[in-house]
Amino acid sequence: MIKKSALALAVTLAVAVTAPMTAAYAGSHGGKVKACFVYIGPVGDFGWTYQHDQGRLSVEKAFGDKVETAYLENVPESSEAQRPIEGLARSGCNIIFTTSFNYMDPTNKAAKKYPDVKFEHATGYKREHPNVSTYSSKFYQGRYVQGQIAAKMSKTGVAGYIASFPIPEVIRGINAFILGAQSINPDFKLKVVWVSTWFDPPKEADAAKALIDQGVDIVTQHTDSTAAMQVAAERGIKAFGQASDMIKFGPKTQLTSIIDEWGPYYVERVKAVMDGTWKQVDVWHGMDDGNVVMAPYTNMPDDVAKMATETAAKIKSGEFEPFTGPITKQDGTEWLKAGQKAEIGTLLGMNFYVKGVDDKLAK
Amino acid sequence: MDAQIVVSILISVCVASTPLLLAATGELVVERSGVLNLGVEGMMIIGAVAGFSVAQITGNPYIGALVAIGAGAVFSLLFAFLTLSLVTNQVATGLALTILGLGLSGMIGEGFVGQPGIKMTPIDIPILSDLPLVGKLLFGQDAIFYTSLILVGLVSWFLFRTRAGLMLRSVGDNAKSAHALGIPVIRIRYMAVMFGGACSGLAGAHLSLVYVPQWVEGMTAGRGWIALALVVFASWRPARLLVGAYLFGAVTIAQFHAQALGISIPAQFLTSLPYLATIIVLVIIARNRRMTMINTPASLGQPFVPDR
Repeated sequence: MIKKSALALAVTLAVAVTAPMTAAYAGSHGGKVKACFVYIGPVGDFGWTYQHDQGRLSVEKAFGDKVETAYLENVPESSEAQRPIEGLARSGCNIIFTTSFNYMDPTNKAAKKYPDVKFEHATGYKREHPNVSTYSSKFYQGRYVQGQIAAKMSKTGVAGYIASFPIPEVIRGINAFILGAQSINPDFKLKVVWVSTWFDPPKEADAAKALIDQGVDIVTQHTDSTAAMQVAAERGIKAFGQASDMIKFGPKTQLTSIIDEWGPYYVERVKAVMDGTWKQVDVWHGMDDGNVVMAPYTNMPDDVAKMATETAAKIKSGEFEPFTGPITKQDGTEWLKAGQKAEIGTLLGMNFYVKGVDDKLAK
Repeated sequence: MDAQIVVSILISVCVASTPLLLAATGELVVERSGVLNLGVEGMMIIGAVAGFSVAQITGNPYIGALVAIGAGAVFSLLFAFLTLSLVTNQVATGLALTILGLGLSGMIGEGFVGQPGIKMTPIDIPILSDLPLVGKLLFGQDAIFYTSLILVGLVSWFLFRTRAGLMLRSVGDNAKSAHALGIPVIRIRYMAVMFGGACSGLAGAHLSLVYVPQWVEGMTAGRGWIALALVVFASWRPARLLVGAYLFGAVTIAQFHAQALGISIPAQFLTSLPYLATIIVLVIIARNRRMTMINTPASLGQPFVPDR
């Protein structure tokens, strides 16, 4: 019996420590503004979390001695995030950035308990208390450009998409990608593989291999590591980077990458706390504010690079918006009439595919 | 689907299964000696970071893999000292080893983040590796893959065909009796734990030098725990370990293909398939209670303090 209970205990504990959280605190607290960050992955993922941490570093750079920063990495996305977030609030943080979608409820709960602390939740939509703001970036604008490039570059007419979780942000990216591709090649197809994780390099590599074996010749991803880029490089096909410039992992492979620039927003918000002008906001920055930046267009003919540059410029100036009709949903019903623009609410809660995606969303 | 693709898929399966098989083989020997080391994940990631960093510095992935083996063994020595010499709780110490390994590896590897690694090139045997189809699958994979298969055979032979193996099993079944017979219980357990560490280290090196040639914190992503579960799955028999690891790897790869084919089964269900398949087989195996009893090391997880 001892043996059995030891094993049972082992398995229970195993679940608890699979992703232990690590903390890094810098300096002491004394009259400075303390800005804190909660990360889903390690700062060294070279993707999503890495870019948020670059944002934290720009806050340090901008304010020097007047600011103190701290972060928690590998914080699981569930009710388990509650304790670490509240721990930061207790430790004297004045403003806390929670940087993943499913920190939404824990962030709002913590905000209720600590009304004097400002909370900023990335990619979410719940602002239940006056001290919670939400912020996000229109990554889908970059996805549209990538879709166009993919359609120009693909020989098989099929691209592969490694996706994490079916949340609006990810679905929006998939839709924007296929819309961009279809604007060049109306028959373009997209295969989607869900890995049910944001960060698991071996799994991401497996997904990329499966897609390539099934005939896709362009790989794009909405997960956080550089694994898929490496697989694409090895198999000699093209790929798009994600969140950061991954050119080092595929010098002859990366077409471009959507780079998340969080720095400007983080600096602005921390400054607002310093000046006492912080107010609840709900912002959705995009290419126009420099929050979504495209990495150099590489490994493609000049005319394709020119087209991509032009599309990106049009999106940036507001002349063009990817979700503009006519757009048909996957089930064949009309979503947007010709010239009609999507409502922000629909985009933020997007739970359907547009025509051309070779995948089904679970209801 | 043409045969070339089938071969490519089979190679993916081998790559996915190798680290699990290696780590599980090591842990099987550890558990057969009566010690439960839950630090597999930690030893694995230490192996991954050691292998990657040494390969980057020396430019040679083979030296990296050898250092990873050593690093895993040295790291496990910490566990051995605490649980065997100081008689601490094995479960708690193993968990501590995992947490320490994950943290320590992040610290060691900080300077290597964002560097593309050197991939261990597949072996190349003239003629054999160039055989159509089977050439690449059987004679054209990386050295760690072959090591993992040979190791399972060697461990099976060692445990059930040699005197030393019998001694190790007797230590795991009844440490007191073994001690009374003059078998050096603690010394055997030390060696078993270090063997486990070495195997986990090599499994980690496979991750960072073959599977995804890069270093990122937490890149083992729970594979050490899967390896631990596989040992129970295999009911402590090396041959079954082979079945378990490859079943898990095959289902992992197959479900991605099912998704890419656009089969209309919810992706959430498909991604959970490897775990479900493992649980189902485990239940079937566990139905034969006597077989399970015979194979389970009887004093697993129980500390042993020799009385003078």
